[in-house]
Amino acid sequence: MNAAWPIVALGGLAFAFAAFSVVIAAFTGPKRFNRAKVAAYECGIEPTPQPIGGGRFPVKYYLVAMMFIIFDIELVFLYPWAVAFDQLGLFGFIAMMLFLINLIVPYLYEWRRGGLEWD
Amino acid sequence: MTPISVVDIDYVALAPVIIVLVAAVIGVLLEAFLPEAARRSGQLLLTGSAVALAFLTVLIVAASRPFGPIAGGSLMLDGPGLFLQGLILLTSGTAILIMADRRVDPGGDAFAGRVSTLPGGEEEREVSRRGLMQTEVWPLMLFCIGGLLLFVTSNDLLTLFIALEILSLPLYLLVGMARRRRLLSQEAALKYFLMGALASAILLFGSALAYAYAGTIEFAGIAERISERTTANTLVIAAVALILVGLLFKIGAVPFGQWVPDVYQGAPTPVTGFMAAAVKVAAVGALLRVLYVPFGGMRWEWEPVLWIVASLTMLIGSLVALAQSDIKRMLAYSSIANAGFILIGVAAADQVGLSSVLFYLLAYSVATLAAFGIVTMVRVPTGEATSLEQWAGIGRRSPLLATAFSLILLSFAGIPLTAGFIAKFGVFTAAITAGALPLVIVGIVASAIAAALYVRIIVRMYFTDPVSASAGVASPSPLTVAGVGLGVALTVILGVFPQPVLNLVEQTSIFVR
Amino acid sequence: MTTTLLLLVLLAPALGAAVLLLGGRRTNAWGPLAAIGVMGAATAGALALFGAMLTRPAAERPVGVLLYEWLAVGDLRVPFGLYLDQLSMSFVLLITIVGTLIHVYSLGYMAHDPDRRLFFGYLNLFVAAMLLLVLADNYLLLYVGWEGVGLASYLLIGFYRRRASAATAAKKAFLINRVGDFGLSVAIMVMFTMIGAVTFSAVDAGIVAMPGWVPLVLGLLLLLAAAGKSAQFPLQAWLFDAMEGPTPVSALIHAATMVTAGVYLIVRSAAIYDLSETARTAVIVVGGISILFGAIVGSARDDIKKALAGSTMSQIGYMVLAAGLGPIGYVFAIFHLLTHGFFKANLFLGAGSVMHGMNDEVNMRRYGGLAWVMRLTFITFLIGYLAIIGVPPFAGFYSKDSIIEAALAHSWTAGIVAWLGAGLTAMYMTRMVMMTFLTKRRWQPDAHPHESPPVMIIPMALLALGSAVLGYLLVMNDAFEHWLEPVTGFVHEDPPLAMPIVYGITFGVVGLGVLIGVLANLHPAAEAPTRVNPLVRAARADLYGDAINEGLFMRPGQVLTAATVITDRRIVDGAVMAVADLSTGAGDQLRRVENGFVRSYSLALVAGAVIVLAALLLLRIA
Repeated sequence: MNAAWPIVALGGLAFAFAAFSVVIAAFTGPKRFNRAKVAAYECGIEPTPQPIGGGRFPVKYYLVAMMFIIFDIELVFLYPWAVAFDQLGLFGFIAMMLFLINLIVPYLYEWRRGGLEWD
Repeated sequence: MTPISVVDIDYVALAPVIIVLVAAVIGVLLEAFLPEAARRSGQLLLTGSAVALAFLTVLIVAASRPFGPIAGGSLMLDGPGLFLQGLILLTSGTAILIMADRRVDPGGDAFAGRVSTLPGGEEEREVSRRGLMQTEVWPLMLFCIGGLLLFVTSNDLLTLFIALEILSLPLYLLVGMARRRRLLSQEAALKYFLMGALASAILLFGSALAYAYAGTIEFAGIAERISERTTANTLVIAAVALILVGLLFKIGAVPFGQWVPDVYQGAPTPVTGFMAAAVKVAAVGALLRVLYVPFGGMRWEWEPVLWIVASLTMLIGSLVALAQSDIKRMLAYSSIANAGFILIGVAAADQVGLSSVLFYLLAYSVATLAAFGIVTMVRVPTGEATSLEQWAGIGRRSPLLATAFSLILLSFAGIPLTAGFIAKFGVFTAAITAGALPLVIVGIVASAIAAALYVRIIVRMYFTDPVSASAGVASPSPLTVAGVGLGVALTVILGVFPQPVLNLVEQTSIFVR
Repeated sequence: MTTTLLLLVLLAPALGAAVLLLGGRRTNAWGPLAAIGVMGAATAGALALFGAMLTRPAAERPVGVLLYEWLAVGDLRVPFGLYLDQLSMSFVLLITIVGTLIHVYSLGYMAHDPDRRLFFGYLNLFVAAMLLLVLADNYLLLYVGWEGVGLASYLLIGFYRRRASAATAAKKAFLINRVGDFGLSVAIMVMFTMIGAVTFSAVDAGIVAMPGWVPLVLGLLLLLAAAGKSAQFPLQAWLFDAMEGPTPVSALIHAATMVTAGVYLIVRSAAIYDLSETARTAVIVVGGISILFGAIVGSARDDIKKALAGSTMSQIGYMVLAAGLGPIGYVFAIFHLLTHGFFKANLFLGAGSVMHGMNDEVNMRRYGGLAWVMRLTFITFLIGYLAIIGVPPFAGFYSKDSIIEAALAHSWTAGIVAWLGAGLTAMYMTRMVMMTFLTKRRWQPDAHPHESPPVMIIPMALLALGSAVLGYLLVMNDAFEHWLEPVTGFVHEDPPLAMPIVYGITFGVVGLGVLIGVLANLHPAAEAPTRVNPLVRAARADLYGDAINEGLFMRPGQVLTAATVITDRRIVDGAVMAVADLSTGAGDQLRRVENGFVRSYSLALVAGAVIVLAALLLLRIA
């Protein structure tokens, strides 16, 4: 079997799942529209049209989103480390701690400089 | 399960990078916990001592450590790498001196007091009234320098890419932080970011293709695979092309360097100097390693491409520079043209070429830094006097500054007894011995064109009467004087007594494979 | 001892320049005197070196001094070394002696200029660079001096900053010289590639074993360099504009020394030219055309300095022609160069003295009858005049006549051109003397001509003395031939005519020229006649030299620059802007431009990547 087949199959499955979700939601979901529901991403931020003349948009949502991504990525690295903890030994432990410290530093920065204060 | 072997790391050889990056992390913590009043001095102390210490460590490593792969083969310790690391730290240190100046601008240093305020808004006025300064600049600089140090020593494609990102992301921010003409600066940052992201993607795609071809990302392994082949493989050719484009983007070669004038113009001038000097040094260093080590066996494929790119870069850089009326844009095009001259040496593809490029980088980067340092000093009430018209008659108001700038321009023009002459002579002779005579002829024509450009500015400074809008010269702090003075002094010393440095680059110019 | 003296000669002017240019206003008071002092020291050193050289037998006269190794790249070793032989000794003496006299003269001429200190600083800088040029022992170091004199010349041409024309002239001189420098730099590259060395001795030794095209190419490239520096056809246009500089500068740089550097280069490269007949012929052609070109322009200009500039071009044409003749001519080229250095400097200083008395008027049609007002100036000028047109026993006679004989021995064409030049020289110089000193007064109402102060007259008198006797001194017992022969070689060849006939024709042509000059200029008009024949019109426009230069070098450059910028701004951005216009419609102007730019840049980046990829793939197929 060609090595490319699993990739094609995975792609097909992913596409099928996406199409299935959209179609089935259209048939089964309740339809109660309001302004927040029809907005793109449903997050309160309108990406288009952008405000004219150098207008600004709140960045708080993005701050939280970025925090989420950082800790998300942290988890991605923590899982394999936890699985192979025995073999990695002390070296792996120290390396992981250094990694965690590196993640905590920007968190401290954000917290101390008021990035987490909502108002 | 087989136990995973622990990578053996030579921490001493790695020390320059570690020192700079740890200092950067500490810098972030300083930002978090130091009171506002103490931040600037704390950051300056930290940044300055980290760079100085890293420079000393490079010297120690060069003297004491055996050459070879370090950090599990991700990095390579060898002559060119160490030379470039030293050069990057030297130029970064000089750039930091110029950046730290807060006397030439009555408002503070070259960076906006609070980057987050709206340009021209009430908040901005409040910030400048209180004399606030954005001290995050310094950790960002350190992160960027750390990336540069990794970039020139990386020994596999993935490390190369990561180093590129480490150095690029802080740069995007630094570009957008100018105190004056903030909209221009922010526009430049956005452009640089978009273009940089595109170029990074191209580089990464090329790396992926190279992996697909060789089954490894290590430079030595790729070189081995290429030497085994009998015919060229489309995959590896595409890989070379895309990696080449990604790196030529950072160097600013035509047609991949269209961002250079806009970004150099918009960025805070000391940052522009840093980009034109240290970042270009690192990009050329990485290009040299990539072309000579993994893809050295494909010299006959990439060499013609480099010939054409070098010719275009020299000619278009010099010609368009002639038409500029803004001094920073002019210097930007001049740095494009210089990139072309450097590529002549790269195209020579042998040890002589390598050593000539190393020398050129040294001569070019110190002169460029000094040039941008001088630009920060020539001012009108609203900021730097970037319009060439405003430079009329500077020679009479401030003979010392005009003399220094003339020396630098003469060096760019390749007039003998300046470092620029020895450098150009070096790359030209290297290219001739490698059989690239046509390229050298183009180079000589381009440098003749460029000479007209530099002379025009000297005329403007000495022979034109000042107009009412003419700029004055701010009295700089000792920091800027030291930075500019170092550049000018090296430009002259390397022109008159080049031999020690020529010997040094000759000894160091062998890549360990 | 020799090393110390050489360093003294070279470093004294350099030190003077450094002190004056970096010392600022503090040196205003004593700066000019210091400049003259260092020149005196350099002259004393040069005379001492000369004396020491004379005591040695001919074979031991050349001395080399290695100061340090300047560059060592790969196999190439370039010493920072000085080399003093009879050829460079002649130049060193000319530069220091004439240079000192002109420094003294400038003390009077520039007395009222507020920027006097700068002027003397630049002059010292020039002398230092010129000495380096002639003392270098390799082509690369010579190139340093070559660029240095170019820079000093550029600074001095533009010295009168208030005049826009001066800045333009300075720039023009620099640009045209770059064309010449291109020749020299490529020549050095070729030497390095083919011979592997750039020292004179190594090139002389190595060139013999080269294939035939090497001396030819080198000869032509060096000729290009020489034509640029020495204002020879077709790179002559800058010299006329260079007269914007102060008159002492015209005398020192654009008459006596710097413009003769091209001749020095050709004679120094004798070993190369000896091997290529074709290159020598090219040199003769350039020299011949320049003799006539300069003389014709000199005959038509009313500006006394530009007429003298035409004369300079013409006289250097003689030297270049002589150098092109090979071993029968090298000696005479340098001989004429030395005598010319004296009498042309003399003439220029005389012109300067006239201008000094006439409110800086340069138009000869506003002069007339000055012989009775400025007697000393007139006498010195007259001696220079007799020297340049070649009346025995003045200096120009010996040197020019030797060249005419050698040219005749080479070919009839060369000889006739030389004769024709001699006649034209007599004509335009007579015109100059008539219009300036003899004919009716045509002064402007506010002109009150007066004799110049002694500080100006004395240098003029000394130069006039040189113009009078130098030729005879050097020709006695064939002294100069014997002096220079060990360096350049010398072969005597008899012209195809008997000597009395040659002399007869020369005197006849010169006499005819003088006669025409007198008769045509008995009553010059105070305004230049506008209805003149096309030849005069062409000559007044420098025989359209500027038009040629513009067409050859400037226009293509400008068009290329403009085209590049337009392509960059209009076509690439324009296309993208159009797309952006269509897609966004109304919107903030700045933002739209910004979008357009980034898109166009990414387009270029991706297109470039595709081209690189395609090129690599194509190469693989090919």
